[in-house]
Amino acid sequence: MNRHLISAGDLSRDDALLILDTAAELAQVASRPVKKLPTLRGRTAVNLFYEDSTRTRTSFEVAAKRLSADVINFSAKGSSVAKGESLKDTALTLEAMGADAVVVRHGASGTPNRLTNWIDGSVINAGDGTHEHPTQALLDAYTIRDRLGRLDGLSVVIVGDVLHSRVARSNVLLLATLGVDVTVVGPPTLLPVGVETWPCATSYDLDAVLPKCDVVMMLRVQQERMHAAFFPSAREYSRRYGLDARRMATLPEHALVMHPGPMNRGMEIAAEVADATRSTITEQVANGISIRMAVLYLLLGGTEPAIGHDPAHTEPTESA
Amino acid sequence: MTAQRYLLDGVRPLGGEPVRMLLADGRIAAVGTDVDAAGAEVVDAAGLHALPGLVDLHTHLREPGREDAETVETGTLAAALGGYTAVFAMPNTEPCADTAGLVEQVWRLGRDAGHCDVQPIGAVTVGRQGERLAELGAMADSAARVRVFSDDGNCVSDAVLMRRALEYVKAFGGVVAQHAEEPRLTEGAQMNEGALSGVLGLGGWPAVAEEAIVARDVLLAGHVGSRVHICHLSTAGSVEIVRWAKEKGWDVTAEVTPHHLLLTEDLVRSYDPIYKVNPPLRTDADVQALRQALADGTIDCVATDHAPHSLEHKETEWAVASPGMLGLETALPIVQQALVDTGLLDWAGVADRMATKPAAIGGLAGHGRPLAEGEPAHLVLYDPAAEWTVDRARLASRSTNTPYAGHALPGRIVATFYGGRPTVLDGKPT
Ligand SMILES: [Zn+2]
Repeated sequence: MNRHLISAGDLSRDDALLILDTAAELAQVASRPVKKLPTLRGRTAVNLFYEDSTRTRTSFEVAAKRLSADVINFSAKGSSVAKGESLKDTALTLEAMGADAVVVRHGASGTPNRLTNWIDGSVINAGDGTHEHPTQALLDAYTIRDRLGRLDGLSVVIVGDVLHSRVARSNVLLLATLGVDVTVVGPPTLLPVGVETWPCATSYDLDAVLPKCDVVMMLRVQQERMHAAFFPSAREYSRRYGLDARRMATLPEHALVMHPGPMNRGMEIAAEVADATRSTITEQVANGISIRMAVLYLLLGGTEPAIGHDPAHTEPTESA
Repeated sequence: MTAQRYLLDGVRPLGGEPVRMLLADGRIAAVGTDVDAAGAEVVDAAGLHALPGLVDLHTHLREPGREDAETVETGTLAAALGGYTAVFAMPNTEPCADTAGLVEQVWRLGRDAGHCDVQPIGAVTVGRQGERLAELGAMADSAARVRVFSDDGNCVSDAVLMRRALEYVKAFGGVVAQHAEEPRLTEGAQMNEGALSGVLGLGGWPAVAEEAIVARDVLLAGHVGSRVHICHLSTAGSVEIVRWAKEKGWDVTAEVTPHHLLLTEDLVRSYDPIYKVNPPLRTDADVQALRQALADGTIDCVATDHAPHSLEHKETEWAVASPGMLGLETALPIVQQALVDTGLLDWAGVADRMATKPAAIGGLAGHGRPLAEGEPAHLVLYDPAAEWTVDRARLASRSTNTPYAGHALPGRIVATFYGGRPTVLDGKPT
C-alpha cells in the first residue's frame, strides 16, 4: 500500500481487497459491548476539514477513536488564502503537532496531493473538490459485496451529475479495479469531457440500462446545477434521470439502490425508493466507519490482520 | 549614450563565421575580420553567437501595485539577463495602465532603471473592464508613445467594442493585442479541457474558447482593415485560423510563449500551481503544431508572458493559485531546446522570431535590427553549447515561480549590450 490514500486509482486490486477484508474483520468490533481496539494507541489523527461535512468527519472520528488514536478536529472554513493562513502553514503546524494521519476535506481538487509535499504522515483524502472521495467508494464496494456476496462480474450503474461528482470518479476507478462492469448515465452536459477514456461504459438512457444492472447508484444533483443550463428544468431531469417506483420496478429482483447522501427526495430519487428494503442508504453509513478504521489501520498500523495476531501491537481486548 | 568602446573578438553573428565587431557610441561601428581595436575594451567572444537584443512583446512588470512580486527595476534586470534589450509592459497593474499618466510613469521607471527599453502597453478599455474605450489617443500621444493596446488577463469579449478599438487605433498606427478567451466558455476553468481535466476534477478551459475569439477577431480585422495581434496562442486550432487569415491577406500577427512550446498539460497531474498558466498548458499535439507554426512563420514571434507571482500565491491550492510563470531569464534556452535543437529553426530564425518580428509588431524602431555597421548596438552574446541548471536563488526577478528550477537547460546568455553598453557581462549584471 502507498503511504497516502489520495485516489481510488492508487489502489491495486490486492490493496482494495485487503481494505475490504480488514473492514469486515473490524466490523465485528462494532457488535461488541466495548467498541474499542488498542491498535493505534499513541497515534494522532487530524481531521482537517475546510468544507463542512459532519457525516464524513464524524465517521473518520469514530473510526480513529475505535482504534484508540487521539483525534484532533481542525476545521478551517473557506479559502485558506482568504483567511490569511496558507495551506502550507497549516500543514507545517500539523506536522509540528506530530500528526500521523491527516484526513483532509477541501473544496479544491488536488489539495490532498499538495499536502503530501509538506506532511510526513499519511494523507487521507476525505473528498477534494470535484476530484475524488476514495473512502466513499470503498464503503460503497464494501456494501455491495456485503449484500450481493461478490463484486467480480457485477454490473453497476452510476446515475446523474458525474461531471461534478468526486464519488462517481472514485467509484468508477475502484469498481473497475475490482472487476465490476460500470456504466455511467446522465445527460451529456453532466458527463465529463473525455469520459470515453474512463474504465466504464456511458449511456444517456437510464431506462435502457436498468433491467440489466445489479446496482444502481444515484448521485446527488446540486441545486446550483439547476440554474446553470446543465439541463432545462428539475422536472425534466427528474423525468429522464430520476429513480421513481416505476423505474425501480424494471430492476432485477436482487438489485440494490445506493446513494452517497444527502438525498434530494423527489429529485434524483423518489421517497418510496429511498426507503425501500433494497436501498442500502443507512448501511452505507455504518459500513463507512469500518472502512475508515481499515484505512487508518492499514496506513498507520501495518499489513497484518487487524485483530489479535501480533502480541507486540495488540493488547488483549476487554472480554465480553 | 556611452563613449565606451567594446570590441567583440571572435563573435559569430547569427551563428555564422567568426568576426570582430566594434561597438562605439551606441552603434555597431564596424564588423569584419580586421577591425581595429584601438582604445576599445576587448571582449573575448570566441565561439559565442551574437543575436540582436531580444524584444519581448508581452511582459508583466507588476509595478505599480504589486511591487512585492516584481518591479520595473527587477523585471528589466531579469530581462537583461535573459538577453532582452526591450520589453513591452502589460497594463494589468494596480492601478491599471489606462491613462497617459500611468503609461508615462512606467516608461520613466524603465528609463531610470536603464537595463533595457520599457515600452508600455496601454489598456484597451477603462480599468480593463471591457465596457468603455480607454483614452487610446492620449496614450499614443504621451511621452511613452504607446502603439500596442491590450486588456491582457482579460479578453475584449464585446464584439462591438473590439471592432471600435481595431478601427480607432488605425489613426496612430496602433495594434490591439488580444488575450483570446471567450469568458463564458472558461467560467471555473482551471486547466486545459480534455480527458485529463475530467480525471483530475479540474474545470476545463476548452481550446474552442480561444479559437472562437481568434476566429472572430481575424474576421473583424479583415472587415475593418486593421491590425490585430493574438497574444499567447496555445492551440493547434488557433494556428489553423491564423494561417487561414494570413492567406486571406489580413493584417494578423500572433505570438507564442516559451512554455507553450515545451510543456504539456500532463504536468498538471502534480497539482503543483507552478504549472498553472492562462491560457493553460495544452496537449503534445498542440505543442507540436505551435512549434511548426513558429518555424513556418504562421506564428510571428515568441513572447514570454513573464508573470511573476509571490510565493504565497503559488504555494497553495491549485484552485486559488495565481496563473502565470516567469519567462524572461529562460526564454532563449527554451526556444533553443524546443526549436533549434530539434532542427526546426536556425539562429537567423531565432533572431527574427525573438527580436525583429516583435519589434516590428510593436512599432519599436531601433530594435530587432540586423547586426550590421551603423545599426544600434543592441545585442546578446550567447553560448548555445553551454548548459546550466536553473537556480531559484540566482534569478534576478523578485519572484521565483519558474517551472524549470533544478532543471538543466541548454545555452547560456553570456552578455547583453543595450545601446552599446553591457547590462550583462559573463552572465552577471554589470
Ligand atoms: Zn494573457
